[in-house]
Amino acid sequence: MSRLSIENALTDFRRLDLLALGDTPIHRLDARAKVLATLAFVTTVMSFDRYQISALLPFFIFPLCLVILGNIPAGYLLKRIALVIPFAVMVGLFNPFLDSRAMVRLGPLAISGGWISCASILIRAVLTAGAALILVSVTGFSAICHALNRMGVPQAFTMQLLFLHRYLFVLIEEAKQVSRARQLRSFGSRGLGIRNSGPILGNLLLRTWERAERIHLAMLARGFSGDFHTRRESRFGGWELIFILGWTILFIILRVWNISAVLGRLLTGT
Amino acid sequence: MHMADALISPTVGATMWTASAAMIAYCSTKVRGERDERKVPLMGVLGAFLFAAQMINFTIPATGSSGHIGGGLLLAILLGPHAAFLIIASVLVVQALFFADGGLLALGCNIFNLGFFPAFVAYPLIHRVIAGANPGRLRLSLATIIAAVAGLQMGAMGVVLETVSSGISSLPFSTFVSLMLPIHLAIGLVEGFVTAAVVAFVASARPDIVQNAFPARPLAQPSLRPLLLAFLVAAVVTGGVVSWFASSQPDGLEWSIARVTGQEELSAPAAGLHGRLAALQEKIALLPGYAFSGQDESTAAAIQRDERIGTSLSGIVGGLATLSLVAGIALLLKRRSLPAK
Repeated sequence: MSRLSIENALTDFRRLDLLALGDTPIHRLDARAKVLATLAFVTTVMSFDRYQISALLPFFIFPLCLVILGNIPAGYLLKRIALVIPFAVMVGLFNPFLDSRAMVRLGPLAISGGWISCASILIRAVLTAGAALILVSVTGFSAICHALNRMGVPQAFTMQLLFLHRYLFVLIEEAKQVSRARQLRSFGSRGLGIRNSGPILGNLLLRTWERAERIHLAMLARGFSGDFHTRRESRFGGWELIFILGWTILFIILRVWNISAVLGRLLTGT
Repeated sequence: MHMADALISPTVGATMWTASAAMIAYCSTKVRGERDERKVPLMGVLGAFLFAAQMINFTIPATGSSGHIGGGLLLAILLGPHAAFLIIASVLVVQALFFADGGLLALGCNIFNLGFFPAFVAYPLIHRVIAGANPGRLRLSLATIIAAVAGLQMGAMGVVLETVSSGISSLPFSTFVSLMLPIHLAIGLVEGFVTAAVVAFVASARPDIVQNAFPARPLAQPSLRPLLLAFLVAAVVTGGVVSWFASSQPDGLEWSIARVTGQEELSAPAAGLHGRLAALQEKIALLPGYAFSGQDESTAAAIQRDERIGTSLSGIVGGLATLSLVAGIALLLKRRSLPAK
């Protein structure tokens, strides 16, 4: 998380949460349908072997459709994806050094297998990272948690997720205050070191702990019985079935036939 | 060190998902079974704390770079392994969804690497054993640092194994290991120092919280000896038996490359990073190539049985050397900690 400043992280959270409040046909679908379709998408994309580029390209259809139908700002999404792919690309960049046998010849230019698998990793990273961000921005976090619960994830864990999400904003605000106070007192960057981080984090931890005790009392006072309630009730109907079946069949077709290669052959007439 | 979706195969992803899902189910029933209602909001808010704490960066001495706390071990010390595992898993789910950190299919790997190792290996098997029932401040800090380093090393090893067995990246096992483990040794030391400082701070400000973490019933004190014995046996067995196969059979990656190209290993550019790393490895290795270097090569190659004896001997010697190195460091630390008391 170090690459994100606290303010940016907070804005990003709020932005994704606000996007999830949208009211498009995609937003209105039951969360389970979107979770399952996204998982099917990610699994299919990852099942290709490492020298595959052309067959991966048709898969951009899924994120594009959701972005357009769900009215998600594409530029914002691309910026977020650019932030998260460095790790995959860093590991992928070793491939050209380790795998130098020529695989593709474009006239006099020979491209090694390493460069091809590196490009493949980059495409996979964009597709899979995009899928996760799109899922949360067209569904919303609490709806995803309820979907997980209805699909059999233990309630203790979904409750943990909901609590975490609910208090994230509060605690990030506190961390922001602590961090700003430290910065203001550290002229010449003295005091930003590891020596002071123990008491600072410990302080934040104690404030958190005491807040949890107050929250628990407040919950008891309001008759907390172990359930969260959501505003939007949804059910799994015909549209959801069409959504899942349609995408799954498309993914299977794209997995079995390489549309890019077929098109290429058609267009070059070979 | 989040694993990314782009680097793993569905088989590895699904396997680790299953393992992590089973752990989540197990921990959920455990936490439910404790019937401690206060824990529900406490765990949720501590998850939010972990998230916020990871955003507070500090400068790391001597490097000038900045880092942040991982926090798995800290939570395990304060709340026990089951609750800690659930909290870490929930933080990783939020990171995967809101920041696409890691990704959905790699989530299983990440939960296992960053949750299972600190909560269920480093905390119960290392931290509690070293810290004992009623640790002093120094002993507690030492236990925390060692456990943090060990937990991060295991997590980094997990990343390497998952990446290599997925086969999307071309990085060979040895190169990746020699990159990841030293980096995470440094990260682990920083994590250990900061975790120890936080635990010490909490222990002085709210002793009740840390007291609860060390239950009244003390751990059986002599349990250290069978554990060490088991480690010794395991080290000798793996060193002796596994290294038979390690060198003679090409691993999956080498095998597949050999099938494609018809040669055993790809000729990596000698001037590149790989070449330099390999040269470094040659230089620092006590037993180059895991066989006796002084041995006459033609006789060693002639009789395979002899070669096997050579490798398994070097495996055992390597295992013992590692163990004695660890023991030496422990002795050194113990001797240095005595006058301080």
